[in-house]
Parts: sequence; structure tokens; C-alpha cells
Amino acid sequence: MAGKQEFYWRRLHSLLGVIPVGLFLVQHLVINHFATGGEESFNNAAHFMEQLPFRYFLEIFIIFLPLLFHAIYGLYIAFTAKNNIGQYGYFRNWMFMLQRVSGVITLIFVAWHVWETRIAAAFGAEVNFQMMETILSSPFMLWFYLIGVVSTTFHFANGLWSFFVSWGITVTPRSQVISTYITIGVFIALTIVGVRAILAFV
Amino acid sequence: MSEKKTVRFIISRQDTPDSAPYQEEFVLDYRPNMNVISALMEIRRNPVNAKGEETTPIAWDMNCLEEVCGACSMVINGRPRQSCSALVDQLEQPIRLEPMRTFPVVRDLQVDRSRMFDSLKRVKAWIPIDGTYDLGPGPRMPEKKRQWAYELSKCMTCGVCLEACPNVNDKSDFIGPQSLSQVRLFNAHPTGALNKGERLETIMEDGGLANCGNSQNCVQSCPKGIPLTTSIAALNRDTTFQSFKNFFGSDQV
Repeated sequence: MAGKQEFYWRRLHSLLGVIPVGLFLVQHLVINHFATGGEESFNNAAHFMEQLPFRYFLEIFIIFLPLLFHAIYGLYIAFTAKNNIGQYGYFRNWMFMLQRVSGVITLIFVAWHVWETRIAAAFGAEVNFQMMETILSSPFMLWFYLIGVVSTTFHFANGLWSFFVSWGITVTPRSQVISTYITIGVFIALTIVGVRAILAFV
Repeated sequence: MSEKKTVRFIISRQDTPDSAPYQEEFVLDYRPNMNVISALMEIRRNPVNAKGEETTPIAWDMNCLEEVCGACSMVINGRPRQSCSALVDQLEQPIRLEPMRTFPVVRDLQVDRSRMFDSLKRVKAWIPIDGTYDLGPGPRMPEKKRQWAYELSKCMTCGVCLEACPNVNDKSDFIGPQSLSQVRLFNAHPTGALNKGERLETIMEDGGLANCGNSQNCVQSCPKGIPLTTSIAALNRDTTFQSFKNFFGSDQV
């Protein structure tokens, strides 16, 4: 008898991508959006998040551990695929490939972003409007952040679609098509929220 | 009379399972209503390549010649399909033939599809009716359900879905869509359902259902139009319940 770890790991990977990592992403982008209301509005929001009780507990169990598992197991999944869009240029096969590519881009982006902000904060830097303004003053970093955020929202929205399939929620082709439209909507909405926030710092 | 019409083939060949593949070109006289198999038979009759050199006949598998056995599958102009139903008139020339390399190549276009038959054994893709005494007739199946199940039963184990799947490759031990859909078929049968839990447990093992990455190439490629991705999603739901039962429940089924 072969083991069953893989089944549970795959399901856990799919679940963690939405809860809590996906929810955290939405919350993070919404908080960022305060930047469109000016420096003070963003700093107040960021400060409020910093002041949350049980901050380290929340960070470790809602963000870092689930994210770390999702990232490492996701890399394994991404590199066991043999992409073949050249031969099979179907929409879902493109999404399959883009999910893996955007996953790797998102991992690189998030790793750098955590280093630059959260880890910098642990070493004494203050995370505020000015910090982001300084980072995004470089055109390279601005593009890096734009690509990073779009890749993240895509990965989340498309991952939400496959979450519904992987857990057996959308079974019929019709429900899967409707779920495609809904997740495209999620992608567009989150991308607007994310990109607007970035541009507010420029 | 105009010049004689010809058909050009570029065939990927391989002499032994371990030797390097190479390409050989053939030019045949055109005949109306030719299919890929009749062209391969023509080459077998007169094994001379495009350079005029004598060569060995090409090895390939075939059986029913009417797209129900699955034996003659190969990659034709980049797409896996049955060579019996691949009509020369509908193909772009030169016609490129390759074996389905997802499977071990035996020789030329002939591959070993054993892994799919092993999968069917692994998931117990049958209805167990043997007993030490006459078990009597089984329960009847509603006609509507029978018609629905018939669509799933059209699978001919041709291997096209495994060839098209990006997650079936030498880096992964994914069982592939073919046998998964058969689990759904036999779990839907009133007598087959007696072993439903057992089949679900099997596809929850490593290399099973969870390896599906939803590229949905299988359903696009299946020559029989089997709703493979619907089967996979339905099994995702069944295994979700099964895993909850295993963890929270106490009934041993």
C-alpha cells in the first residue's frame, strides 16, 4: 500500500492558498489602498495593523507558516509538471502553465518584499508611507512591484478556481465556466486595488 | 495527365527500447480515402524510404481499425490520436508520425501501454460478482443513469489523455485521467458501489487523484469525448467526503 501523505499535502496546499494566505492577501491589499487617501491615512492604517494584539502569533500562524508551506510545496508541484502549451494551446492549459510561472514570480517577489519590509522592521526600520515611497522611487523597483502584485493577484484568483475544483465544489463544466468568470472578476478587482495602492506611493 | 499525386511521411523511428530515435522520410503514391494505417501498410509492402534506400518495415500496433480498441494511438502532426481514423485527406503534409513517448517505446511507433492496464487492476475497475454461491441478479440500474454511464464506459485505454497531460511524465507518478474516470464509472454502478470506499481509498494514495493540475488537456483530447475532468472533479468531491469520514467518522467503509 502506497502512502496517503500526498493527498493530504495537496489538499492542505490548496486550502492554505485560500485560507489563510489568500484572505491575508486581500486584507493586505485593502490596507495598502489607504495610501490613495494620502500619507497620514496609510500610516494610521499601517500603525493600526502593527498594534494588533497577539501580533507575533497572528504573523506566524496566519502568514508565515502557511505561506512557507504553500511556497515550498508549490515549487515542488511547479517543477514536476512538463508544460506543453506548444501542442495543446487550450485556455485551461495556459492557466495551468501561468499558475506555475506566476507562483514562482510571486515567491521571488514576496521573498524580496518580506526582506525589504518586515525583516527590515525587525532590525529597527519603520514601515510607513515614506519607506514605500523611497522603495518605489526607483523605476526598476516600481516595475518589480507592479509585476509582483499582478502576478500575486493572478495566482490567487486562478488558484481560487482550482481550489473549487480540487475540493469538489465545482464539478459540472457549467459551474467551472461560471467560476472562471467569477475568478476573472476577482483578479481584475484585486489588481485594481493593488496597483492603485502602488501608484499612490509614486 | 498531370503529375502523379504523392503523400509525404516523416516518421520517427527507434530500433530498440533503449536506442536513440531517428527520422525517416517516405513518399507514397496517393490513393483516395487513405488513412495513416493504410499508408503504413503500403510502406510495409515496399519498405523503401524517400531516398530510394531499402529499409525495415515500420512497427506499429493496430487491432480493430474502427477507433474502438485504442491500440493504434500515435502522435500524428503533434497530436495524439488513433491512426485508423486519421484520414490522409484531412492531414497537413508532410505527415509526421511519432510514438506516444509518455509510454515506453517498444519499437518505432509501437509503445507499451501496460501502465494503464495495471492502473485498472489497481483501482479494481470491475464489478465483483463472484461468490461461493449464486448471488442472484443485482439491483437494476435506472435507464437514465445507464445511458449516462455508457458515455464513461466508452474508454478504450488508448492513452491519449495520459499523453496530453502535463502532469503525467517521468518526474511524476500520476496515475492519469483514464483510470480515474473508470473509478467513477464503477462506483456509479449499483453493485460496483459496494466497493466504492475501497476504490476511493486507492486513488487517494500517492500518485493518485490529487496529482491532477486541472490543465484539462485530457478532456479536450479524448477521442471518445469522455467528460474526464467532470469525473475528476466528481471524484474530488467523493474523496473529500471519504477523507472526512475517515477522520471524523467511525464506520469502516
